[in-house]
Amino acid sequence: MTDDIEQLQKQAFQAISQTQALADLEQLRVQYLGKKGLITAQLKTLGALPAEQRKEAGQRINQTKQAVAKLLETHKQKLISAELETKLKTEKLDVTLPGRHDGAGSMHPVMSTLHRIEMLLGQLGFTVEEGPEIEDEFHNFEALNIPEHHPARAMHDTFYFDGGLLLRTHTSPVQIRVMKQQSPPLAIIAPGRVYRCDSDVTHTPMFHQVEGLLVGDNVTFTQLMGTLDIFLRAFFERGGLKTRYRPSYFPFTEPSAEVDVQCVACGGKGCRVCSHTGWLEILGCGMVHPEVFRYCGIDSEKYTGYAFGMGVERLAMLRYGVKDIRLFFENDLRFLKQFR
Amino acid sequence: MKFSEKWIRQLIELPFSKTELLEQLNLLGLEVDTVEAAAPELNNVVVGQIVAIKPHPDADRLRICQVDAGEAETYQVVCGAANATKNLKAPFAKINAQLPGDIRIKKTKLRGVESFGMLCSEAELGLAEKADGLMALPADAPVGTDIHKYLELDDTLIEIDLTPNRGDCLSVTGVARELAVASRQTLPQKDIPEISPTVKDTFKVDIQIPEACPHYAGRIIKNINTAASTPVWMQEKLRRSGIRSISPVVDVSNYVMLELGQPMHAFDLDKLQGGIQVRYATKNEQLALLDGSEVKLHEDTVVIADHEAACALAGIMGGADSAVSDATRNIFLESAFFKPTAILGQPRRYGLHTDSSHRFERGVDPGLQRDAIERATELLLEIVGGEPGPITDAIQDSAMPVQPEIQLRRNAIQRVLGCSLDDKEVGTILSALGASVDWNGEGWSVKPPSYRFDLKIEVDLIEELARVYGYANIPRSVPAVKPTQLQTYNPSVKLDQIKVALQQSGYYEIVSYSFIDAELQQLLEPEQPAATLQNPISSELAVMRTNLVGGLLKTLQYNLHRQQKALYLYEVGSRYIPQDTDYKEEKMIAGLCHGLRHTESWNNTPDNVDFYDMKGAVERLIAMTGSSDCQFQQAVYPYLHPGQAANVVCEKRIIGHLGRVHPRIEQALDLPGETFVFQLSLAALLGGAVSALQPISKYPGIRRDIAILVDETYSWDEVRACIRTVGPEYLTEIRLFDVYAGENVTPGRKSLAIGLILQEISRTLTDAEIKSSVDRILEALNKNLGATLRE
Repeated sequence: MTDDIEQLQKQAFQAISQTQALADLEQLRVQYLGKKGLITAQLKTLGALPAEQRKEAGQRINQTKQAVAKLLETHKQKLISAELETKLKTEKLDVTLPGRHDGAGSMHPVMSTLHRIEMLLGQLGFTVEEGPEIEDEFHNFEALNIPEHHPARAMHDTFYFDGGLLLRTHTSPVQIRVMKQQSPPLAIIAPGRVYRCDSDVTHTPMFHQVEGLLVGDNVTFTQLMGTLDIFLRAFFERGGLKTRYRPSYFPFTEPSAEVDVQCVACGGKGCRVCSHTGWLEILGCGMVHPEVFRYCGIDSEKYTGYAFGMGVERLAMLRYGVKDIRLFFENDLRFLKQFR
Repeated sequence: MKFSEKWIRQLIELPFSKTELLEQLNLLGLEVDTVEAAAPELNNVVVGQIVAIKPHPDADRLRICQVDAGEAETYQVVCGAANATKNLKAPFAKINAQLPGDIRIKKTKLRGVESFGMLCSEAELGLAEKADGLMALPADAPVGTDIHKYLELDDTLIEIDLTPNRGDCLSVTGVARELAVASRQTLPQKDIPEISPTVKDTFKVDIQIPEACPHYAGRIIKNINTAASTPVWMQEKLRRSGIRSISPVVDVSNYVMLELGQPMHAFDLDKLQGGIQVRYATKNEQLALLDGSEVKLHEDTVVIADHEAACALAGIMGGADSAVSDATRNIFLESAFFKPTAILGQPRRYGLHTDSSHRFERGVDPGLQRDAIERATELLLEIVGGEPGPITDAIQDSAMPVQPEIQLRRNAIQRVLGCSLDDKEVGTILSALGASVDWNGEGWSVKPPSYRFDLKIEVDLIEELARVYGYANIPRSVPAVKPTQLQTYNPSVKLDQIKVALQQSGYYEIVSYSFIDAELQQLLEPEQPAATLQNPISSELAVMRTNLVGGLLKTLQYNLHRQQKALYLYEVGSRYIPQDTDYKEEKMIAGLCHGLRHTESWNNTPDNVDFYDMKGAVERLIAMTGSSDCQFQQAVYPYLHPGQAANVVCEKRIIGHLGRVHPRIEQALDLPGETFVFQLSLAALLGGAVSALQPISKYPGIRRDIAILVDETYSWDEVRACIRTVGPEYLTEIRLFDVYAGENVTPGRKSLAIGLILQEISRTLTDAEIKSSVDRILEALNKNLGATLRE
């Protein structure tokens, strides 16, 4: 009896350890430990034994049963691991193949520059106002103190329509519209398309400007310069950026100034970008002219104001190193893709 | 305005180096445009004199000259210039001389005769664009002197870009005056001589329109030397200001204009009849001008006429018939004051922009006419001699501009500039500017000089103070930080978000011109009137767009020509629709897609986009607005395929459209394959509703799929509406997951596979109620649309 069970265990152990497949292992489990299995069958023979041997034999069979079950389990785990190992090997991918997506587009560089200007001036409290692009002489010229035949008009190279309307040559007419409709205090910017009959490396017949206007109780020239300084530093992300204000003339502001910044390409040493002057002309500004206030029905003895205007393409060209303004309007995909 | 640095320094001693001088001009608001040397580097070029000349034995056009260059031996030089004559003095480039254009003079043989150097023209020395013959030097030019030294070529030419208000700086005196102010000096007064007449001859001047010309000074000079030539110093000064030397009389009038700022004119006295009349042109009057053109005059144009006809366009250009020629012996000089209002706009109208009109349009010093005529006479007597008559001074004082007395309040300076200036400094600056200044207790009474006619009101003076004090010396301030005003309207959908959504779907933003080709406009919308520019820059940019599609198509075409295969583009901008006498501008957002649906890759199929890709992009934008009532309705647009075009209708309002570009247009623009576009009103997309939270059911949703066959003519919207009408409230979603027509489906019918999602918020649905709901839906589909369940 003892020999039989010894033999059976030996036989089972051998069979189990030689098994390679999980299914075969299950078969072995049934063969030895199933209801009709060989070891289970041994238990059924206990009844035929004398009572004094029965206990010991029973224990012996149970021990064998447990040993076989344990081996079955460990071997099963071994086989599972091996199988997973093999599966993982077959599932290996080339992780360098391109991923699945359809690339994003981009915002036009002039528009993102405009957005940047709006955002920065927005932080200073300026709100966006818009006006028509097809304007009349009154808003584009007359109310801005540019009478007919004024030499400043000739400098604007205006596009005209039949009936006296024109394409606005600057965003300044929005100033007039806002001042006529709203009362001070005013802090607005007017971004948008403007048009001049001109075309070369630095001019296109259409471009973008942002006009700024601040009208209030104690608005001064020192504040105009101070405000533009912090704006320009933020725009160019240079804390110590030097600025230079040069006297100039715009019929709708007085005093007027052209604002230069230290060349952002060479740091003021002089290079091709700044025509070796070390300075870049960046915007025009000044204190609102009393005549303009008069046209808009604002008392120039009560209020003062400042205004400034900048060309967005000019700023975009400097920010992105674009040399030819016409590139902005060709919309070549190879150009646009560089601004993602 | 272009001038020589040396000329300025002759008028005033300045404590500035060249670099400082340029900087000062900029800081005064006289923007420096260009700076160049007066002449290129020259060496070994001296004053030479032809002492002997004989023909070349083997060449008709060449001659052999012996040139004295101030050395013991003369040089033999072969020369081809027609004006080479014995005793002529001209620049002589010796062997090894360096001339502009990288030319080095070497010993050479011309047709067998040795030549030791070259006699030069202005062009060869880089002093002029072109020249005909040798540069003739005055008889007193010292032979052998270095030409650079003799002509004082060590000079800088400065061109300043003047703003239209600074007509007073259109002369070297004006510029010197400004630099004097910058160095807190006063420009020394130039002595203008009073020329005593040597003959009594006068020519009558009759000003008929004092409102246009309140002052006209004239003078006769008789018996001038017709053989005289302009001295080199004057020629050089003119050249350095960009004016070509023509003849002594013309040169002197140009010189005085440059020196003092007064444009002048000289007539051939013998060609004038009766007397001068300053009047408006008469109807249909014509005038042949100096430049050879003939103009038909307008009745509001001021002319200088004699008793027969118009002789000059006042302040713009003289006439050909009365012009001074080489044979002119007697001249009549004009120095007049024309008001800017009388000249403004006229030059442009005749297409004549001259040095004179440039000055009169901006304004000439009304106190300058007599001085200018005296100065011109002085110079003419020096150069061409002759006998001056007395000045005829026609002046209408009542029409002369009156210089205002401006009240400058002390506190106004602080109010505008934001900083105060020392009272003494204010007085000093205003005086330096030539104004007479009186303290009046609260400020100053200021009378500007006649040449500062641009100073009229208080703020003009404040600007002058700031300008001369120096913008750089004015402090900069930023108002103390305070909470800024917030706008109450803060839309939850902003333009940036719309742009980001499109960009994430692969769309690139473009910016195209608002004006397009008239032909393209016509091709797209033949019935739609558009605003046409009177003066377009080219025919391709001539009409204002009435839609944004044209620009997108042009951009597509441009990129297709550059090997691009897939294009996803959008633009935000206005369209311009004519309305009565005005135009309606509407901000639109428009997009285009063409070519591959996905970036070409190993892991997808290279399918092209279709209508539903474009619709998907539009739906994505609409979804952002939170609008629940949005429909796509079949529509007709001239530039869209009639079977693949739809209006986008939100809350019963058409907010835009989309579709496939009409094959007629695809063909006309030579577009390969199909192109889809959309255009939406931007205003309809902005804003958006604030999301209001709906409760989420805790109970599971049930899905029932049905497949039906229905006539092809029924749209999905009709099928869906039918389901929606009879479906229960707990039918939360209707998903169309397959559309099929073809094999196994009766022709004229299509198969739709629809998923119905049923979910109740507060309980689990029973099988029975689900079944009855689905049955009701099928029954309605069958009854209303003839739909049958697909087996």
